[in-house]
This record gives sequence, C-alpha cells and structure tokens, in this order.
Amino acid sequence: MKIKSTQIVDTFAEAFKMYGSRIIITAETKEWAMAAAQSVTGFATSVIGCKCEAGIETEILPKESPDLRPGVSVLLFAMDSENLGKRLMERIGQCVMTCPSTACYNGIDEGNEIVVGGQLRYFGDGYQISKEIAGKRLWRIPVMDGEFLVDDIFKTKEAVGGGNILILAKDQNTALKAAKSAVNTMRKVPNVILPFPNGVVRSGSKVGSKYKALIASTNDAYCPTLSSVVEKTEVDTNINSVLEIVIDGLTLKDVEEAMRVGIKAAIKPGIKKISAGNYGGGLGQYQIQLHKLLGNVEN
Amino acid sequence: MSLHLKLHTKPEVPLEADCICPDKIQSLKNNEISAMTVFHGNRQVQLGEFFDCKGKFDGEITIDGDLANVKHVGAVMSFGKITVEGNIGLHTGAAMRGGEINIEGDSSDWLGPEMIGGRIRVKGNAGHMTGSGYRGSPIGMQGGEIIVHGNVKNETGHVMRRGLIVVGGDSGDFTGVNMLAGTIIVLGNMGIRTGAGMKRGSIISFNNEAKLLPTFSRNCEYHPSFIKFYVRYLEELGFSIDTSCLNSAFERWSGDSVELNRGEILLSTNKSK
Repeated sequence: MKIKSTQIVDTFAEAFKMYGSRIIITAETKEWAMAAAQSVTGFATSVIGCKCEAGIETEILPKESPDLRPGVSVLLFAMDSENLGKRLMERIGQCVMTCPSTACYNGIDEGNEIVVGGQLRYFGDGYQISKEIAGKRLWRIPVMDGEFLVDDIFKTKEAVGGGNILILAKDQNTALKAAKSAVNTMRKVPNVILPFPNGVVRSGSKVGSKYKALIASTNDAYCPTLSSVVEKTEVDTNINSVLEIVIDGLTLKDVEEAMRVGIKAAIKPGIKKISAGNYGGGLGQYQIQLHKLLGNVEN
Repeated sequence: MSLHLKLHTKPEVPLEADCICPDKIQSLKNNEISAMTVFHGNRQVQLGEFFDCKGKFDGEITIDGDLANVKHVGAVMSFGKITVEGNIGLHTGAAMRGGEINIEGDSSDWLGPEMIGGRIRVKGNAGHMTGSGYRGSPIGMQGGEIIVHGNVKNETGHVMRRGLIVVGGDSGDFTGVNMLAGTIIVLGNMGIRTGAGMKRGSIISFNNEAKLLPTFSRNCEYHPSFIKFYVRYLEELGFSIDTSCLNSAFERWSGDSVELNRGEILLSTNKSK
C-alpha cells in the first residue's frame, strides 16, 4: 500500500495485554497539577527497565475535575495488576503527595481494586482521617501545607500496551518532524498515552541479545548504521533515520485509533516507509495489521 | 402500587409499631399485615385496629395520617423504602441496617438511634437525640445517613461512631457530644457545647458564629478539598448551598482535649480565595 509517496508496509504491530490505571491529579493551579503529573510519569518509558509505563493523558478543566480545581489525567500501565498496584503506591506517595496543594483520585470506574490511600494513610502517623462520601472513601493525610486528599481505592483494568508505528525517513530531520506531527495528533485520542520522551523512541528493541544477561537489545534490523552489516535489514539505502512511537491504551480500539491517526499524520515528503514492530506474532496477544487499520485509503 | 397504610384511628397513647418494616411485611398478605401485633400503650392489639391496609408490597410502604404517636416505624429494617406522608413519632429507624425512610413532615425524638446503615431523610425538623446512642450505650450510630432539612434539637449524634448526619437548619446544644467518629454537618447555627467529650470525628459548620468550649483549640485556617465533595453531595440531596462555600476557608479546631483531642470542628470563615 502506498499513500502519496510513503509506502505502508504490509505488517503488523504486536501488542500485549497489560493492566492500566487512570489517576486524576488536581492542585490549586494547573502548574502544580502538571508538576505532579510530570513527576509521577517520570522514568516510566518501558516496563523492561522502569517496571511500568506512564504518561499524561490530558488536562482537566476545573469544572470537570473531582474537586473543582485544575487537574491532569495520567495513565499508568504494567504487566499485571499487582505490579501496577505497587507502582501506584510508590508513585502517588513519592510524586503526588509530595507536590504542594495536590490531591489524587481514581479515574476508572470498573476493574480490580487496589488499596492506595488506605496504605498511604499511615504517613499520617495516626492523625489521618477517612471520610466516606456518597459511597466513596477518601483519606485526609495531614501535610505541611494542609491536607493531602487521596482516594482509598484505585482501580486497574485489562489494557493494551506496545502498539507501535515505525517511521522510516530519508534523514533524521524529516523523521523528527513526521514523528512530532504524529505525536501531536495521537495525543488527541482519549485513553492512550505515548510513554517515551515527547512520545518518541529511537532505541527500538528486539527480544534477546548476544549477552545472556540482557532480555532485549537494539533492533538492529532498523539501525541505518548497520544496514550492510546485519543478516536482515529493513532499512533501504535511501533510509537514514528510523523513529518509533509506542502506544499504550485502555482498550485495543483506543490503541488502533491512535495508530491510525498517527500513521496518517506521519505521511510526509521524505517519509519512505511506515512500518510496525513485531516479534513474529509469537509473543503478543494482539496483532494490529497496518493495512487493515487504514482500510480503503486511496493509493 | 406500593403498600399503603392509612391511619384511621389516632392512638391516644404511643403505639409501638415496629412491625411496619419491609423485612417483616415482605412475605405477608394484606390480611396478615392487618393482623400483626402492635402495642398500644401496654395493650397488645392488631395493626388493623389503627391502620387500613391497601395495595401490595413491592419494596415500598407508604404511611399516611398523623403519626406523631406512632413509634419504632422501620426499626431494624434492612431494605426497601418507607415514605411517611406527615409527622412521625419516636425511635423511627432505630438500629436501621439498610433501605430508606423518607419523612415528609417532622420527626420526634430519637430518630435513627444506633443506626447501622441506610438513609433517613426528614423534610421538616427532627427532635432530640437524632442519630444517637441509647442511654448507657458506648456506641451510637455506626453507619448510614440521616438527612434533616430543617432543625434538630439537642444531642444530635451522641456517641456516633460512623456515618453522616446533615442538618439543613440549626442544631441544638451538645451536637456531637461524646462523638467517636463520623461526620456531622450543620448548615445553620449550632447550640452550645458542640463536640463536648468527642474523641474523633468531624463536625462541620457553614456558619462561623459557633461558640466552642475552651477545651477546643484552634489549629489553622485552610481550604480542605474534601468539603467540596460534601457540598456536591448535599446539592444532590436537594440542599441549596451558597456556591461561595466551595471556595471558603475553614477554621480547624481540635478537641475535645478532655478526651483524645483527635476530633475536629471545621467552621466556615465565609472567606473565599
């Protein structure tokens, strides 16, 4: 399939079943809410090295936020619910509770229940107070600027991680521009995050390594500097830079939609190919076919 | 159509009608309901001597008439709904575990004593000892909600352990006396000796005129976010609350220092950010 001058490779993105959670951070100002959100999503690009993947989903207007203050919605993903629960505890405790004026609320209605506020409350050293309002329990933990208000229970649900697109460009500048355009479009899709820096990853990985201790290593088939060295390369001679955008979402449909709009936005002069990363289909639970995703796009 | 009980003979002395409860009525036919035993003073009589019974129980009971002398309605009920189309007597919803009681008029004293769950709503006023423990009981209300749109008298929430009491008007003296935990919200004025002997729990007033006991100490003035959840909830329950309350600062007072000193009284300063 070719759209304008860009070839859409007939392949699929291999995505995985993960567990996802949404937290709503509010604060006195948008800046403080964003500061907490940036902190809570720090060092959370890949489960391989960070134990979870996280990103900012969207800003929330005061009239739409739980406590009528400016807010930010954050999504976190991990490979299982228990592990995600631990990450929520750590990150809300260290990154949200510590941030001035913030409060933190669960943002998902259904799913497995994880006690977060009910554990963080011990920081209150006996001075913490719980309130059950309209069937929901909140903890008030005294802190130096007043109170940290946090939901007792947060929820995790089955989600999809590892959706991705690969942008193969004639040069780095073109790849960066296309990736930026794709990211800006994909971030408008609800229920998804792009966990890497500015939504883009350059160090795509393959499973395994020549070094036994490593479970993943550089995706040599897409490294332009190795195109004439490796046994199998996906990089043609006119391709000099490849960037990847990884997508985690609360449902497969959300991930597919983000990929679809992302591919369309990345199609630009100088983008030779758009492909997707997979492991032959043997690892992930989901295969998102690029051609099927784009449907009957005019060639 | 719900089960409709209409008072046809006004009791001269208190009528103990704890049989008016969904748990006890659910499997009975109307003639069996009319034959249920009630105490008229110290005399055992049948419910039918005072009430006409019409309709069919579908989870809801509607009671009509001047019920100011009818006691223990909805006691220990665990599900369903009772609607009282007027005033109601003592001990309504005593030890109630679930369901809902709606009172269109006023309630007498001892509304929802030692309640465990469910919700009681009073459109008018309620009497003394609303949501309290019985004399000698170490623990009173242990859950559920009592929502009074009007005023309440003394000792509201006495030895309350959990749950929510909302008073749309004024409360009498000793609001939250010996309170163990839970939340009492008063939108109007509170009487004297609020929170006397309280160990834990929250008494929240949207009026800053309260005179507190000297055994309470002022902590600070701040903007507690959780109040906004209560304000929203109260609006859902039909209260009309000044929106400035959403951003109002509150004075936090701790007490009672003759006890644990872990209770709090929050008084709105009516000062917005």
